[in-house]
Amino acid sequence: MARTDHETAAASTPRPPGRLYRAWDSDLAHAFRTSPVALVAGIVAVVIILAAALAPWIAPHDPFDPGSLVLMDGFTPPMTENEFTGNFYLLGTDDQGRDVFSAILYGARLSLFVGFSAVLFAMVLGVTLGLIAGYRGGWVDSLLMRIADVQLTFPSILIALLIFGVARGFIPPGYREAMAIWVLIVAIGLSDWVQYARVVRGATMVEKSKEYVQAARVIGAHPAKILARHILPNVMGPVLVIGTIGLALAIIAEATLSFLGVGVPPTQPSLGTLIRIGQGFLFSGEWWILLFPALALLALALSVNLLGDWLRDALNPRLR
Amino acid sequence: MADALLRVEGLTRYFDVSKPWLNRVIEREERQFLTAVADVSFEIRRGETFALVGESGSGKSTIAKMIVGLLKPSHGRILFDDQAMTGTDGAAMRALRRRFQMIFQDPFASLNPRWHVGDIIAEPMVTFGLARGAEARREVARLLEVVGLSGSDAAKFPHEFSGGQRQRIAIARALSSRPEFIVCDEPTSALDVSVQAQILNLMRDLQDEFGLTYLFISHDLSVVRHMANRIGVLYLGRLAELADGKGLFTNPRHPYSRMLLDAVPDLEMSGRRRKPVEGEIPNPIDPPPGCAFHPRCPYADDRCRREIPQPVRRDGGEVACFGVEEGRI
Repeated sequence: MARTDHETAAASTPRPPGRLYRAWDSDLAHAFRTSPVALVAGIVAVVIILAAALAPWIAPHDPFDPGSLVLMDGFTPPMTENEFTGNFYLLGTDDQGRDVFSAILYGARLSLFVGFSAVLFAMVLGVTLGLIAGYRGGWVDSLLMRIADVQLTFPSILIALLIFGVARGFIPPGYREAMAIWVLIVAIGLSDWVQYARVVRGATMVEKSKEYVQAARVIGAHPAKILARHILPNVMGPVLVIGTIGLALAIIAEATLSFLGVGVPPTQPSLGTLIRIGQGFLFSGEWWILLFPALALLALALSVNLLGDWLRDALNPRLR
Repeated sequence: MADALLRVEGLTRYFDVSKPWLNRVIEREERQFLTAVADVSFEIRRGETFALVGESGSGKSTIAKMIVGLLKPSHGRILFDDQAMTGTDGAAMRALRRRFQMIFQDPFASLNPRWHVGDIIAEPMVTFGLARGAEARREVARLLEVVGLSGSDAAKFPHEFSGGQRQRIAIARALSSRPEFIVCDEPTSALDVSVQAQILNLMRDLQDEFGLTYLFISHDLSVVRHMANRIGVLYLGRLAELADGKGLFTNPRHPYSRMLLDAVPDLEMSGRRRKPVEGEIPNPIDPPPGCAFHPRCPYADDRCRREIPQPVRRDGGEVACFGVEEGRI
């Protein structure tokens, strides 16, 4: 309805500059352009995310297709030609002759997918519960926050392991492989919603006492509408910051779970799975199978984390 | 009275300020209640401006919030156009809600910073289904001009406006559901003095134009003098005096009203002797027995310390004071 109200009114005045220009010219964009750490981290993160998203078009091989693997290519060191077949591999191959570079691209794709989905799940859950707890107060608030407190006393990786184990008990064996990714997402998401809920609850309690919320209550607006249209837009700032840092944590959590062997199945290796496979060859001299996936994970998690840290500082007026 | 638009009968509100249950059990403390409003009755006639004045903590804002439904009364009734507002809900309450609105104290908090001004003003209109789409847009532009802004301001955000302009936007929002009654909770106390007068005059003009009835809440007697037809003086949640606007300023009866008026500066520099305001408003959790004003009252006697005075009619107003009742003052 009223979202577009301003357009007729704006017609009489000079048209304001477009959204893209305003985004480029904003304080945040300026802070980004002048921060070397943010620039480097941003570029690294964008390159990895793009490479992962475009993996099927960039990767020289398809590591998921067993038919394309040449066993003779196994254990080719990086940057050298295989002594039997003469095939060249940028980052070498593993024991099966699988191209490490391609596996990293596909693995990062999976890691990012799980990370983004888990963060999204945790965000939706945490923000919703936080809004309700902060707005309703009383026993609803107490109940939700006590659950959150209890959950915070356990390391989140332990909770993810627990949820993962319980879920596998419920899923029939035939579906386990197919469901593994979704179980992983739910497990990481459920272990991570507390931070969003706490931050949003606090911000909601501040916002709900402001007079614009009271004005909406005076006209009898439905609480769900007040939460969604009035309060939510005003509490999203810190949520985005936690979300960015949470993405790095979720990627690491996924890698940890996969490294422990409870994550995605080995037929669809994520970065964590690749590292787990690679560490078996470390002492026999095939270091590249471990090192390159680990470096990729490090670069991805570090750049996203630095971006999150920078975003937190840039959005915090007291630190500026 | 037949032409009363709003009647408030025996309105009372407690707040539970007890410590959490566990602390109470361990520290062996009773539940604690704060009486913000105690047994307040008044009526507001159609078309008038009724002012509630009092120091901070006297319960003015609590009364305002109960009237617009932001707080539930602990006891007592609020009748809007002879319909009870407590216990009414659904369609009847919705119909009632459309007829009253509220203007808030802080224009920097009362407008959602993420919304366009046009959306803010249109919200009551759209919520009550009075207009939508292009019609709502036209109405918003008209309202903006009514309050002295430009129709093109609808596309801006609240942070692009000054405090006085924001209060104009808040007034436009209040008018958007075409209400009959507006509760104004200290609408000018956050504004510069020069802007206060503009907003007050705008509100008076709008009252004439749309036949509005105001409940005007303020701690500023000079503002109240400018606006109000009738005035209720609150002290610690109770009505001390109810008088018409002229009467209170020329002939205050309650000792508290006299004390308040003595504190108002005047431009004539009459040089009259003033009695400074002494003491502070007592703690409402533990109010003094008897008349709440007796610790600060120069006329207090034993009865004032024991009994709570009830409002008594005097010259068209009401006074809750034993001294006035007994003719001592």
